[in-house]
Amino acid sequence: MSSSLDQIFVTAKRWLLSWLAGTPDWIIQIASSLLNIFALLAVFLTLFALISVLERKILARMQNRYGPNRVGPFGLFQPIADGIKMLIKEDIVPARADRVVHFLAPVLIAAVAILTLGVIPYGRNMTPFAIDGGILFFFAVGSATELAVFMAGWGSNNKFSMLGAMRAIAQMFSYELPLIIAVLPVVMVVGSLTPDKIVAAQAQYTFGFVPRWFVFTPWGATAFILFFVSGLVESNRTPFDVPEGESEIVAGHMTEYSGFKYATFFMAEYLGMFAVSGLAVTLFLGGWHAPALSLEIVPSYVWFFIKLSALLFVYIWLRGTLPRIRVDQMMNVAWKFMLPMAFTCVIAAAVWHYAGRGLRGWLWSLVVIAIVYTALSILLDTRRKFAPRAYRFAE
Amino acid sequence: MNSAAFVVIAILTLAAALATATLQKLMHAALCFAVALVGVAAFFLLLGAEFVGLVLVFVYIGAVAVLIVFTILLTRRDIGKDRGFNWGGVLVAVAVFCGLTWSILKTQSLSSVAPHIRVLTVKRIGEALMTSYVWPLQCIGLLLTAALIGALILVMEERG
Repeated sequence: MSSSLDQIFVTAKRWLLSWLAGTPDWIIQIASSLLNIFALLAVFLTLFALISVLERKILARMQNRYGPNRVGPFGLFQPIADGIKMLIKEDIVPARADRVVHFLAPVLIAAVAILTLGVIPYGRNMTPFAIDGGILFFFAVGSATELAVFMAGWGSNNKFSMLGAMRAIAQMFSYELPLIIAVLPVVMVVGSLTPDKIVAAQAQYTFGFVPRWFVFTPWGATAFILFFVSGLVESNRTPFDVPEGESEIVAGHMTEYSGFKYATFFMAEYLGMFAVSGLAVTLFLGGWHAPALSLEIVPSYVWFFIKLSALLFVYIWLRGTLPRIRVDQMMNVAWKFMLPMAFTCVIAAAVWHYAGRGLRGWLWSLVVIAIVYTALSILLDTRRKFAPRAYRFAE
Repeated sequence: MNSAAFVVIAILTLAAALATATLQKLMHAALCFAVALVGVAAFFLLLGAEFVGLVLVFVYIGAVAVLIVFTILLTRRDIGKDRGFNWGGVLVAVAVFCGLTWSILKTQSLSSVAPHIRVLTVKRIGEALMTSYVWPLQCIGLLLTAALIGALILVMEERG
């Protein structure tokens, strides 16, 4: 099963480390970690460059225009031009700003985004930072983002920055709950917080052709949708980009940043998006497993990145489709709908488990979710009657 | 390698703690406090108590530190003002340090050889919480729910 193409990166790393044979153990350990970090940064910075131009291309396509097409073939060298532009821009720090905090905020936010990328299994034997509580690590480190956003808002000493940071933190806090509780059923069913074990639990096929991914169970599908929407909010993407709503508060906590610091924020946002999508793939979409037995000849990491790109495309698609929603609407959805639904997923997963994890469990958990969903939609219905608008004209 | 890591983390943690106590601006002190907490979490990770370390980061950096900076932001009108030096605080800190040192030196039950313990996995913690400690866990859950509802009632708009 472990064909040479599948394990090519693992073999390459082992070959590189074999040069160090004979040196003390800790040198090999450090070299191994450095190789992992280097590979992670190389892959995701390339993906960031690629996605930033693809996003503009796809958005342009949806809005019936061309998008970037001047630099290189099909505008593919646009990220390089953008990078150079960002590097040679003037770095402006406001006179009244807190210089140290202002400087540290983008550093921290990027560091957090890169750290969270480390625990995701990208392929068979390809987890850069394999620890026992990987899922916990993801959320523990990810929670530092809020502090970084606060530092950016407060350190800039600007009202727009502070307001943007307040909004960002409020929405991140509110949506962290459904995000984490949507993960719980998976952790419960697998009985482990290790991403590798969660991926391994989704390896088999039911009836020989339906992959046993958690997204194909009722609770898994619900949790996946909740997780995806919360992930959208956590990465401040449209339609939840209230913190940087440019028509209201300039650019939120990034108002006072220019040049490369702004680029760092931008990059951290994308890396965070990759991390949340990567975790969604790991938890619900079977990680690096192929969707069919016959397709397992294709290397595992290819499958992972295909699934990741599919999720990223949905992110871009939503951005091209939906308008920004209001702050109060967003909070209402989080607390009144998403949180109860996330708890329902936990119950439905328990029902599924105790009904034998088969077809019977599948149906029963569907029943649980359907009942709660219907009840919630009746309860939350404001019964607002839509009548023809009464126009008032100047007389 | 572990002892080298210990020294590095210890120096960083103590430096951050000292900065927390002495920095003039309250906001800087709060942020340094977060750094000191990361140091403490790193100690737990170094000892192999992965779950405790990660939960420490999760709760203290993700929630408590943000709570502290928000409290400062919402309650102080002059955040930028220097807060001076508090000799009473020094007195309390020295007293606590002396008390702890004295009690550690007096105790007989500590052996200088590390006992052999099984690795504390998340699974074992979960089993313990769900079997022998299930009542304390439920009580804490009830308490937190009550606190949540209380917070909601405090901020609820009065109608009519």
